[in-house]
Amino acid sequence: MSSLLKITDLHVSVADTPILKGVNMEIRQGEVHALMGPNGSGKSTLAYALAGHPNYSITAGSIEIDGVNITELAADERARLGMFLAFQYPVVIPGVKVADFIRHAVSNIRNPDRKEGEGLVGMREFRTEIKAKMEELGMDVEFARRYLNDGFSGGEKKRMEILQMAMLQPKFAILDETDSGLDSDAVRVVSEGLAKLAGPEMGVLIITHHERLLEYNPPKFTHVMLGGRIVETGDAALAHDLHANGYADIRERHPDAAADNAKAEEAAAV
Amino acid sequence: MSTDAPEKEDVSIGDYQFGFHDSTDNYEFKSRKGLDREMVAQISEMKKEPEWMLNFRLKSLEIFESRPMPNWGGDMSDLDFNEIFYYMKASKGQERSWDDVPEDIRKTYDRLGIPEAEKKYLSGVKAQYESEVVYGSLQEDLAKQGVLFTDTDSALRDHPEIFREYFSKIIPPEDNKFAALNSAVWSGGSFIYVPPGVHIEFPLQAYFRINSENMGQFERTLIIVDEGASAHYVEGCTAPTYSSDSLHSAVVEIIVKRRGRFRYTTIQNWSSNVYNLVTKRAMAYGDSLMEWVDGNLGSKLTMKYPAIYLMEPGARGETLSIAFAGKGQHQDAGAKMVHCAPHTSSRIISKSITKDGGRGSYRGLVKIEKGAHHCKSNVVCDALILDPESKSDTYPYIEVEEQDVAIEHEASVSKIAEEQLFYLMSRGLTEAEASAMIVTGFIEPLVKELPMEYAVEMNRLIELQMEGSVG
Repeated sequence: MSSLLKITDLHVSVADTPILKGVNMEIRQGEVHALMGPNGSGKSTLAYALAGHPNYSITAGSIEIDGVNITELAADERARLGMFLAFQYPVVIPGVKVADFIRHAVSNIRNPDRKEGEGLVGMREFRTEIKAKMEELGMDVEFARRYLNDGFSGGEKKRMEILQMAMLQPKFAILDETDSGLDSDAVRVVSEGLAKLAGPEMGVLIITHHERLLEYNPPKFTHVMLGGRIVETGDAALAHDLHANGYADIRERHPDAAADNAKAEEAAAV
Repeated sequence: MSTDAPEKEDVSIGDYQFGFHDSTDNYEFKSRKGLDREMVAQISEMKKEPEWMLNFRLKSLEIFESRPMPNWGGDMSDLDFNEIFYYMKASKGQERSWDDVPEDIRKTYDRLGIPEAEKKYLSGVKAQYESEVVYGSLQEDLAKQGVLFTDTDSALRDHPEIFREYFSKIIPPEDNKFAALNSAVWSGGSFIYVPPGVHIEFPLQAYFRINSENMGQFERTLIIVDEGASAHYVEGCTAPTYSSDSLHSAVVEIIVKRRGRFRYTTIQNWSSNVYNLVTKRAMAYGDSLMEWVDGNLGSKLTMKYPAIYLMEPGARGETLSIAFAGKGQHQDAGAKMVHCAPHTSSRIISKSITKDGGRGSYRGLVKIEKGAHHCKSNVVCDALILDPESKSDTYPYIEVEEQDVAIEHEASVSKIAEEQLFYLMSRGLTEAEASAMIVTGFIEPLVKELPMEYAVEMNRLIELQMEGSVG
C-alpha cells in the first residue's frame, strides 16, 4: 500500500506571527504536486514546517504519515520516517566532508533504529553507490571529498540536494525552489535528476515559480497558496495558466487571502 | 592492559572523564594552606636551593602581594589565595621506571594512558603529580646527542649555568601578578635543551595532574632550542572534580635560536573547578619558527595568551588556539605577537566554541615595534555559538609604530549553528550527532595540524564535551 502524507488544517507561526492559516493537503507516494503562489504566501513556511524546523511552531492542525502524527517530532525523526526537504538555500558546513555527512545520514535513514555510535553503512558499498549516483547527476566525484556546500556555486548546491535525495530515497520529498537562481543547463540537470528519482516510491511537492521543472515532472495536482492558505487546487493546466497569466485572477477570486498576502509582503519588505 | 584497569563507569564522573582522585594519606609532604614568607622559605628549604633562588622567590612574593588583581578578563572574585595549598609532594622523588612510582599514582597515569602513549610515539615523558615530577624518561639516543629533558628543579641543581642564563629572563616576576606568584612558589615543570642541529622526531610529553582539593600547581617550564634544532613538546593536564576551587598558574619561557623550529602543543582539560592563569612567552630569533597550538577545553576560568616575540629578521610566529567553553566555564584565551624586528611574520588562528551558557573570549595583541618594517601579520578568529545561552566576544588589540607593514584581521561569529543543526537533522542525524559533526568540522583546520594521536585525542575530548550538552 502506498504511503500518505496528510496535512490537516495546519496553522504555523514564526516568532509569534501567524503565517499559515489552515492548510490542507494530501500527497500519496508516487504523486507529483506543484505548490505555487506569490511571494509571502507561505510556501517556504510550509516546507520548513513539514521538515520540522524548530522556529516554525505549529499552533494548530496536524501532519501525519500513514496515520502517525508527526507534528511533535524533531526533524531527524521525521527524516527517518521518510520526509525530505531540498533546501532553497542549503547552508555551508565548513570542515564536514560531503561523503562523511551523507554516509552518516544514509546509515540513520536506512536503519531508523540505529543508535548513536553504532556502525555506519559499509564504506566500500557506500563509495560505489555514491560514485554511481554522482555520475548520473553529472557531478565530479571529487565533490565527495569537499566540505559540505563550502565554495559551491548555486547550481552545485542544488545538485548536492538532489544527490542527497537520491541517496536517502525519501517517501516524501519537498523541493523548495530547487530551480531558482540556476542557468538553464543547471535547471535541466536538476529537472532530469528529479524525473529519474521520482517514481512510484516517492511523493513529491515541488515549490516553484518556473515551468521548466514541471515540464520534466508534470504535476498531478497544482495547489495555489495565497495569504497562508491553499485557495485553489487544479491539475497541470493550472500551473501552466499561472505561469502564463500570473496571480491577478487568483487575487480577484480570493480578496481576503489576497489582503493577507499583501500584509505579509509588506512586513517582509520592512 | 593490566587486569586491574578501572571500569569506565568508575573513571567517569559527570561528563568529565578525569574527575577521580587518589588518597593523599601517604604523601611525603603537605603544606598548610595559605601563603607567606615562611611558606616560600620552606619550599626553597625542602628543595635545598641556592640562596639566589630563595631571594628570587621572596622578592617575587613581595611583587605578588603588591600587585592588585587584574580588573579585566574573567571573574576571579571566588579565588581565595588563603584557601590554597601551595606545595605538596606525593612521592619521594622522580623515578625512571613506572614500576618504582607509588602504585596509586602509577594507576592514575595508567588511566590517563601515559605509559601506553610513551611506548608508542613519544621521545620522552615527564609526569608531574601535584608539585613534583614523579616520573621522567628520555630516549637514550637523544640523551647521547646532548638533549636535556628534566624537571626544572633538577635543572637548577644539575645545570646551574645554563639555567641561570635563561631563567626568568623572558618572563620576569614583575610581568604580572600571576607570574610573580609562580616565581615565588614554583615547583616542577619541564626543562628542555636541544643542542644545535639536533632534530627530535617524536614529541616530548609532559603530563600535569592535580590530585588534592584546593591544590595550587605552579610548574615552571624553560625550553631552549638552539641554532638549527627542532622539537615538539606536548603538555596535557587534568584534575579531579571538587566542589571547591584549585589554582593552576604556570610560567613557560621559551627561546628558539636562529633557524630553530619549535612547536608547543597544549591540551588543557582541567576539571571545571580549576582557575587556569598561565603566562607563556617565546622569543624567536633569526629565521626561526615558533608555534603555539593551544587547546583549552577544561577549567573554570582560563586566562592565557601565549606570546611570541619576533626578535630578528626572518622569525616567524604562529598560534593556533582552540577554546571550548561549556556550562560554568569561561575561556579567555588568545595570543600575542610582538614584532621587534623587520621582515618578521606572524599568524593567529583562533576558534572558540561555546555552549550551555559557556563564555569564550578571544583576546589578542599584534604589536609592531618602531623599526620593524616589512612585517606581516594575519589574524583570523571564528566563534561558534551553539545555543542562545552562550556567549562569545573578541578583544583584538593592534599597535603599530611602523608604516610599511601588512596586517589583516578577520573575525567571524557563527550563530547560524541553529540553521546548520536543522540542515543536518533534516537528513536524519540526531541533535547530538549533528552538533558533534558541526563542531568537529569547525575545528578541523586546526586538528589536522596536530600529530595523528593528538588529533584523535582532541576529537575524542570534544565529543565528550558535546555529549554533556544534549538532553
